[in-house]
Amino acid sequence: MSTADDNEREVHGQETDADGGGHDSGTTVREGGGFVLLFFIIGFAASLVVGWLIFPNLLYSQKKQPFDFNHALHMGEVDNGCESCHFFREDGTYSGVPKLAQCVACHEDVQGDTQDETIFVEKYVSKKREVPWRVYSRQPDCVFFSHAAHVKMAKMDCVTCHGHIGESTSLPVYEENRLTGYSRDIEGHHLENLLCLKKNTADRMKMDDCAECHLEKTGRKTSVQTEKDGCFVCHK
Amino acid sequence: MKIDRRCFLSLGIGAAAGITLSPLPWKITDDLSIWTQNWPWTPVPPDGKTINKKSACQLCPGGCGIAVRRIDKRVVKIEGLKGHPVNDGGLCTLGLSAAQLLYSPFRIQAPVKKVNGKWRKISWDDALATITTKMTELREEGKAHTVAGIIGGERGTVSMLWQRLFKAYGSPNLMRNTSMEDAYSLVLQKTQGNRVLPGFDFENADFVLSFGSGLIDGWGSPVRMFRALGDMKNRQAKFVQVEPRLSNTAAKADQWLPIIPGTEALLALGLIHVILSESLYQVRFVEQHCEGFDNFKKMVLETYPPEQVAKATGIKVETIKELGREFARAKNPLAVCGRGQGLTPGSFQETAAVHVLNALTGNLGEKGGVLAMPAGPEYEEWPEVEPDDVAAEALQQKRLDGAGGDEFPDAGDLPTRLAQVINTGKGDGIQLLFISGANPVYTLPDTKAVQKALAAIPFKVSFATHMDESAEMADLILPNHCFLERYEDVPVAAGLTSPIVNLAVPVVKPMYNTKHVGDSIIAIAQALGDEIADAFSWENYKTCLKETLGDEKWEKLTEEGYWVDEEFKPVPWKEGFKSAATKFIFPDPARLNHPPVSASGDAKQFPLTLIACDSMRLAGGAVGSPPFLIKITPDSVLLKEDLVVEINPATAADLGLKEGAQAVLATPKGSGRVRVHLDHGIRPGLVAMARGLGHGAHDKYLAGKGLNTNAFIGPVDDPDSGYDAAWGISASLAKA
Ligand code: SF4
Repeated sequence: MSTADDNEREVHGQETDADGGGHDSGTTVREGGGFVLLFFIIGFAASLVVGWLIFPNLLYSQKKQPFDFNHALHMGEVDNGCESCHFFREDGTYSGVPKLAQCVACHEDVQGDTQDETIFVEKYVSKKREVPWRVYSRQPDCVFFSHAAHVKMAKMDCVTCHGHIGESTSLPVYEENRLTGYSRDIEGHHLENLLCLKKNTADRMKMDDCAECHLEKTGRKTSVQTEKDGCFVCHK
Repeated sequence: MKIDRRCFLSLGIGAAAGITLSPLPWKITDDLSIWTQNWPWTPVPPDGKTINKKSACQLCPGGCGIAVRRIDKRVVKIEGLKGHPVNDGGLCTLGLSAAQLLYSPFRIQAPVKKVNGKWRKISWDDALATITTKMTELREEGKAHTVAGIIGGERGTVSMLWQRLFKAYGSPNLMRNTSMEDAYSLVLQKTQGNRVLPGFDFENADFVLSFGSGLIDGWGSPVRMFRALGDMKNRQAKFVQVEPRLSNTAAKADQWLPIIPGTEALLALGLIHVILSESLYQVRFVEQHCEGFDNFKKMVLETYPPEQVAKATGIKVETIKELGREFARAKNPLAVCGRGQGLTPGSFQETAAVHVLNALTGNLGEKGGVLAMPAGPEYEEWPEVEPDDVAAEALQQKRLDGAGGDEFPDAGDLPTRLAQVINTGKGDGIQLLFISGANPVYTLPDTKAVQKALAAIPFKVSFATHMDESAEMADLILPNHCFLERYEDVPVAAGLTSPIVNLAVPVVKPMYNTKHVGDSIIAIAQALGDEIADAFSWENYKTCLKETLGDEKWEKLTEEGYWVDEEFKPVPWKEGFKSAATKFIFPDPARLNHPPVSASGDAKQFPLTLIACDSMRLAGGAVGSPPFLIKITPDSVLLKEDLVVEINPATAADLGLKEGAQAVLATPKGSGRVRVHLDHGIRPGLVAMARGLGHGAHDKYLAGKGLNTNAFIGPVDDPDSGYDAAWGISASLAKA
């Protein structure tokens, strides 16, 4: 930058010489000063708008689920809370999003008159096709996550990480990061999340969030580099 | 006031400052780094329910139990079955990579028929009908005996079904693949009176003397042998390896004797000489439980003094004497033979000499010794087959391979003689050949002769799972399920010390339009009608298997994956033998008193000797190595497509060859381009070649890599038994 400014001054110097010293070169600088400041502010403000408002919206594509799902309604029908459908298998592995086989017991035929139910039965149940749900909380393949370790051993409840999805009556829009393919639920929806501040554990689920909680709950600092829990706890 | 460049610069600076204070650059940087860790084109296996299934490996005779992990319907991992009496959680490289065989693109996906040299898919009904029509025609023409079969194993229900079909139909020409077990079983029959199989109690032996057996290179039951040898080291049991080359096994031995190949029998007889002349044998055994000792002793003392043996074997007199003494004085000595993985039966002379060596120390049926194991599993008996008149007459015909005939009355099966018999036009030509669980074009010695013989057979039917060399030559393929897709009993022998049966179960549903070979046999028999159909009254193979095993075994097998005969107890020699005189019969001296089987070929033209060597990194039998094995084959064995042979630096200097040089390897049976690898661990004058390469078929990971040992080495009929006793062949190696 300084080089550019120096050049600028040199140029003015030459002009002055050529005109025989008739003008005060200092006046030109003062005259432009207001604009320079204005332009700085415009640039500054515009890029703040782009960076804070436009970019986050551009970064995520909005995707719809195959059809809507009412968690609250289902919660009323089952006895065992979340685990009624999102259960642990006998061997301790976690079943995750229910497979079609779990749903057909009730949904063999169309129940009620919502359009979503019709889509479900006609497009999936009768054709024996699994529903390609988009999973808001899906961690990438390089992360090993065990529900058993968190829910069974550390006795955490679902809400801590997943929020109050179980009480929702419809599914939120699935926002996918165009670069990473992550769900926005992992990265956080709100501006403060981008600022690395968050109120609830469930607001964001990136690596630092896992590490922070691990440090808090276990006190382990097995990784010398990060002084947090060891990398291989999750990256097997 | 003027808007000049400074304004725009200022705008830029403002924008830059604003962007820096916004999340954009930081978020993009972070996202880009995450993106590089999750490239969308990196395949990610789908998640799902984990299912573990117990089954049995059938890729070698080792008899390991396997635990197959599936995610939903997909096999993702094969591990050793924990608690299994053979492998207790261990597995070999071949077993580990078996999922690659299941998902191989070279699976045969439906019955196919060769039409003008091209494969055409046909229906199962048509495929089976083609066979039964042919078989009916041949029977009507009085040519039932011209139907032949080459099958993988002797034990187990599939093999029993084949034997039954051939008996009911009326052909004596069903041949099994042979191995060292056949030579052993013959020796046990001759000396102990019944055709049993040997069990070797390595777990309790304190001195093991191996005549070229690749104890950790795939001999016997490979995974059990890894453990047994490791355990021997811990117990500080001594292990001596007699082998012309420093194999992995030899490298692990306490003492390695690099013998001149082919003279192992002489060394065993030399050791017997030491034991006899110094009276180091079990006196009570010899005096009370033996027959023919004096004649045998006389022959050995006259013919095999250590001085003579030393000259022939290249092992010092002193070493022979010391080894003989040490062996005889050990508390639980054990001698074994069967070269490499024991894929070639070997000579009667050698097996008998090694067995006598064991007998003289009194280890038969004893702790740490050689046990007589039942030849087959105890199954529910099937009703006797009643061959009809046509079959009864056809069964009177002599076997084509000469087994059980005038020349080789003691042999059970001699598939290695088949090519020679067909090519010399002896016997009635085979009209129809079944190939099941075997790949004779690859595994039988003298590939060219085998190909020629098979080409002369007008109709060949293969039951292969993968497009192997023999399937390629067939006219019709009725593909069997892969072993991970089918039920099958797997009785295990392989030198174990308790009778074990494993059960293979379908861990996944058959992926293609294939059929269990057992079902194909039953369908063929039932379509042939009359007495033949009567002998096969089962609804399908599974019912046959269930009935044959009996409820108790079936239940145990489906639950645990294996069944062990808990009641089995080896009979110690003190309780007598099964021979007529209840004694141990020393082998006829005449059968041992002759020069050992030699390598064939003109010594002038072929001054070197080629030997084949086995390793755990390559599958040398009917099953082709999956890609994973090719990956772990070192450059000193296979360099890109080139086979690398091993020679001693002294031999290399004589031939003017340097490490990695290209050369032409030639034997009386074939020739090919190779590269050489120099190694001090091989006797000068020898060329060693890895078994398991040089496939012409299978997938692109295997086909065209290296050369097949069988294309270079021909069979040598053992004069005493007829079994293949080849251990090598004369060869030449010249700069290319
Ligand atoms: S040793 Fe044989 S039976 Fe055992 S896993 Fe390997 S191939 Fe299979």
